[in-house]
Amino acid sequence: MTTANPSIPTYGLQSGLGLRLWHAGLHWKILSIAVFALIWQMTAMSGFNFAFPTFTATMSALWSMIADGSMGAAYLRTMEPLVIGLTISLSIGISAGVAMGLRASVEWVTLPLFIVMQAAPMAALIPLVTFVYGIGLTSKVLAVVMLAMPVIAMNCYKAVRNVPPSMVSMCRSFTGSRMQQVTQIILPAASPMMFAGLRLGVAEGFSGVVLAELLITPTGIGDLITYHRSVANFAHMYATIVSIVLFAILAVSLLQWLEGRLFHAERRGN
Amino acid sequence: MQQLAMPTEATHVPTTVVRDPIVEIRGISKIYGSTVTALQDINLKFERGHLTSLLGPSGCGKTTLLKIVAGLLQPTSGQILVNGKPVTGPGRERAFVFQDFALMPWATVLENAAFGLKMQGVARSLREDRARHYIAEVGLSGFEQKYPHELSGGMRQRVGLARALAVNADILLMDEPFSAVDEQTRRKFQEDLMRLREVENKTFLFVTHSIEEAVYVSDRIVMLSPRPGRVSEIIDPQIRADITPDELRRDEAYLDTVERIWTGIKKYVE
Repeated sequence: MTTANPSIPTYGLQSGLGLRLWHAGLHWKILSIAVFALIWQMTAMSGFNFAFPTFTATMSALWSMIADGSMGAAYLRTMEPLVIGLTISLSIGISAGVAMGLRASVEWVTLPLFIVMQAAPMAALIPLVTFVYGIGLTSKVLAVVMLAMPVIAMNCYKAVRNVPPSMVSMCRSFTGSRMQQVTQIILPAASPMMFAGLRLGVAEGFSGVVLAELLITPTGIGDLITYHRSVANFAHMYATIVSIVLFAILAVSLLQWLEGRLFHAERRGN
Repeated sequence: MQQLAMPTEATHVPTTVVRDPIVEIRGISKIYGSTVTALQDINLKFERGHLTSLLGPSGCGKTTLLKIVAGLLQPTSGQILVNGKPVTGPGRERAFVFQDFALMPWATVLENAAFGLKMQGVARSLREDRARHYIAEVGLSGFEQKYPHELSGGMRQRVGLARALAVNADILLMDEPFSAVDEQTRRKFQEDLMRLREVENKTFLFVTHSIEEAVYVSDRIVMLSPRPGRVSEIIDPQIRADITPDELRRDEAYLDTVERIWTGIKKYVE
């Protein structure tokens, strides 16, 4: 999907199932994790697949990998292309998106590019990137950028376009300059939706970096997954996968929390 | 006061007598695209210190005309003079009240009311003092730190009015300010507007599609006819100045004028 849902958790008046779950008490969250773990454990114990480890085996593998430092080392490697790629995606994606929203000429030149980037299955292009840029860091950064940037740029573009025109007229009617219109009205009004785009972009960036590490050369997390699979250490393989999922959830939740804090969710009842 | 003369009869003024025009509309036409003529050769003068309504069925271009006076829209041909000077864009001597309120949802009532002054570069403490004064003036004391979504529709429009009053413009341009407000609130609002007129020595230009509202609040009503928008009639509802709101709604001159306008407007309504 190109558009992010701009709604953010609202405290107080509004309620919905999603919001209620988000604010559900800690014991409900723990209970749902416990149920999930129990189903996992029982499925694995039923022996439907020799490569499917039990929940407890996975957790102990996870613990041993954290304890021997292999997990930490892998994450350090993985973070490098992820952080560089996300930094590039955020800075170029946000500026390009805002510029497209503000100026028709920029939109005309740039928008088709982002639409193509977003529609194309980027994973299929990763081998092509490897041909051009080799198997080093550049290719992996590029993989992150290719996945994360379009969604960030498109959301920023749509966020700017969705600013109510009467608010911009209002600023103009009180003799606000174009600069004031952008900084006082357009950017604040667009920021919640822009931020939702950032959240999607970061999630895409995680996909990008894992894909790159699995498809280009095994390093970091991709290396852990590939290695443990090749030596039939399935519990360790699953533990690695669980860890990257948890890490992505943590990063995205952190952004969501920050979003709520920054934009004072309770003030925007609309 | 001309309102004191002849309380029983609404007078048709074929050639408008304007002694001290604050706004002059000279040969304004507005063509959208190349085919839709929204306004055709409008010539009008508005008396300083009066409340003039632009009344007409939907599609007669009354909002377009108001936005041209505000400098928010460029006319296809013709000229607007405000205090004798041609209008090229929005100016400090004019303030606009928007139909959809156009409040910033992320800003408090105080910040919203002070927004016009902020655009003019007035220092924070000064503009907040002025905003507080006008928030009290429109009856919203105690709501300074609330956010727009915590207010009812009528209260939101009061914020819009406070914002327009705070910049101390000579002319208040109001675009169907009460159309998004429920009927009871609307009546109260109209009465408050009448009271405000006594206090604030300003010229009001008021767009409405409500005949009763126009007759109630106006010194002069300019009736526009649609497709293409032209001035069809100018009516001065001559209603006693000291009349109370409750008397007025049963006043004969009031009822006659309403009837007369309705007869004129009926042919445009399918």
